[in-house]
Amino acid sequence: MKTKEWLIEKTLLLMALSAVAMLALIAIFVFIEGTPIMAREGLGHFLLGRKWAPTKGSFGIFPMIVGSVWVTIGALVIAGPLGLACAVFLVEIAPRKVADIVRPAIQLLAGIPSVVYGFVGIVVLVPLIREHLGGPGLSVLAASIILGVMVLPTVISISQDALEAVPRTYKEGALALGCTHWQAITRVILPAARPGITVAIVLGLGRAIGETMAVIMVVGNAVKVPAGLLDPARTLTSNIALEMAYAGGDHREALFATGVVLFMFIMLLNSLAALRFGRRRPSP
Amino acid sequence: MKRLNPEVTQRIATVCLWAAAGLALSVLAYIIILVLAKGLPVLTPHFLLASPERMGRAGGIFPTIVGSLALTLVALVVATPLGVGTAVYLTEYTQPGRLAAVIRFGVDCLAGVPSIIFGLFGFIFFVIRLGMGWSVLSGGLTLAVMILPTIIRTAEEAIRAVPGSYREASFSAGATSWQTITRVVLPAALPGVVTGIVLAIGRSIGETAAVIFTAGTALRLPTSLFASSRTMAVHFYILAREGLSMPRAYGTAAVLIILILLINTAANALMVRFRARTQ
Repeated sequence: MKTKEWLIEKTLLLMALSAVAMLALIAIFVFIEGTPIMAREGLGHFLLGRKWAPTKGSFGIFPMIVGSVWVTIGALVIAGPLGLACAVFLVEIAPRKVADIVRPAIQLLAGIPSVVYGFVGIVVLVPLIREHLGGPGLSVLAASIILGVMVLPTVISISQDALEAVPRTYKEGALALGCTHWQAITRVILPAARPGITVAIVLGLGRAIGETMAVIMVVGNAVKVPAGLLDPARTLTSNIALEMAYAGGDHREALFATGVVLFMFIMLLNSLAALRFGRRRPSP
Repeated sequence: MKRLNPEVTQRIATVCLWAAAGLALSVLAYIIILVLAKGLPVLTPHFLLASPERMGRAGGIFPTIVGSLALTLVALVVATPLGVGTAVYLTEYTQPGRLAAVIRFGVDCLAGVPSIIFGLFGFIFFVIRLGMGWSVLSGGLTLAVMILPTIIRTAEEAIRAVPGSYREASFSAGATSWQTITRVVLPAALPGVVTGIVLAIGRSIGETAAVIFTAGTALRLPTSLFASSRTMAVHFYILAREGLSMPRAYGTAAVLIILILLINTAANALMVRFRARTQ
């Protein structure tokens, strides 16, 4: 009986380590494939080079880094305020019945496959931008809007947790002092929930920078540093997905190296979020 | 600047917050209505049960439906035991400490890894190094790694929600911890655990970037685990991006959306039942 229990515990421990092991395997294999070419080309050349002509041996991913940063910031400009507003609405304003409709709807928004978002971008948003704002339509702006909608559920659900974790007494205290509900929200509840809201934004950034299929479909994928919102661009993720199918040799290594850069961005954001998570909830 | 009366600000702010929620809802409604309005007319039994012809310009999507189901099944068979096992270990066997913190950090990071990175990893690890080639197996295993965090998190939450008194009663009746887990805790947590699995199915079916380089894009009906297979999401992506057939793209999107709607409804219903039971 004792040995059986011991065996079970150790087996479960091994299973529990699987997630960590998988993360390590992913990092190891992507790095093994991607770092040699970074070393050969020189890290500076690879990261800051503006010329990407993989069949001619030029591997500069600077335009893609800029492209990723642009669309990610664009997405957050949309999803940050809108997501926070929705979270405040759900926690503070919405009558129970309304919240019971909005919550699953937001969850559904998270469940819609990214290719469907990209498709709606192509058939609706891109023509709209082309006709009313000019440019090719396939643009940083289109990608930002689509990504903004896609990361909305992440921002909403985590901000919502943060707002719900603020002790009721804070709000009651503010109201008792004669604050309006809105004053209580902006001056007491939001500041108290700030660490959690930061986490929501950071994880939203991570989602946006890592999104691939929807972005490929609407961003235009031109390898150049975008000069404005209506210019097409290429992101790190779309660079990988567009060329992976036919890449070999150095070219494939360069795509894995693009993956390494993306991975570093993501781990940085995740670690930031994890650090913040630690002191998210006020102790009871 | 003259300050607005707080009561007036309050009213303006409330209107803005309602508008924000309304905007989010209308985007959702717009996407669903657009896809269903143009896609439902395409959805005939023939479309669902016939093979694509001329690269998808004509015919149906049957092999891609089978492809999606096969990949999802492989992913679940691998990720469910691993995920639930991890959750059991985290809730029943460890005290909060360094090991648990490391495991949780790993799970959180894995959840944040973008699907294209899973695609790269699956391609180099399963397809190339392990020699599985573009196949149902490579794609399914890649998906398994991707959905693992979803299953772990929901299962952990569900198991944690089982009242401690259940365990105490079981222990006092002389049960071992394994007996307590398998006969008392897991059955009580089942609806919650299943919710996680259902959500993971949704993610698997909608995933594109992680499977396109691991399962490949062959349009044949997959007949073995080692056959390359195109999923619905990949097929839809290729149809839409290469402009092969807009009506068929809408039709495939409609199937995806209907599946996601069903899956989310099922997950919600399960969660409501679970909450009602444990509270």
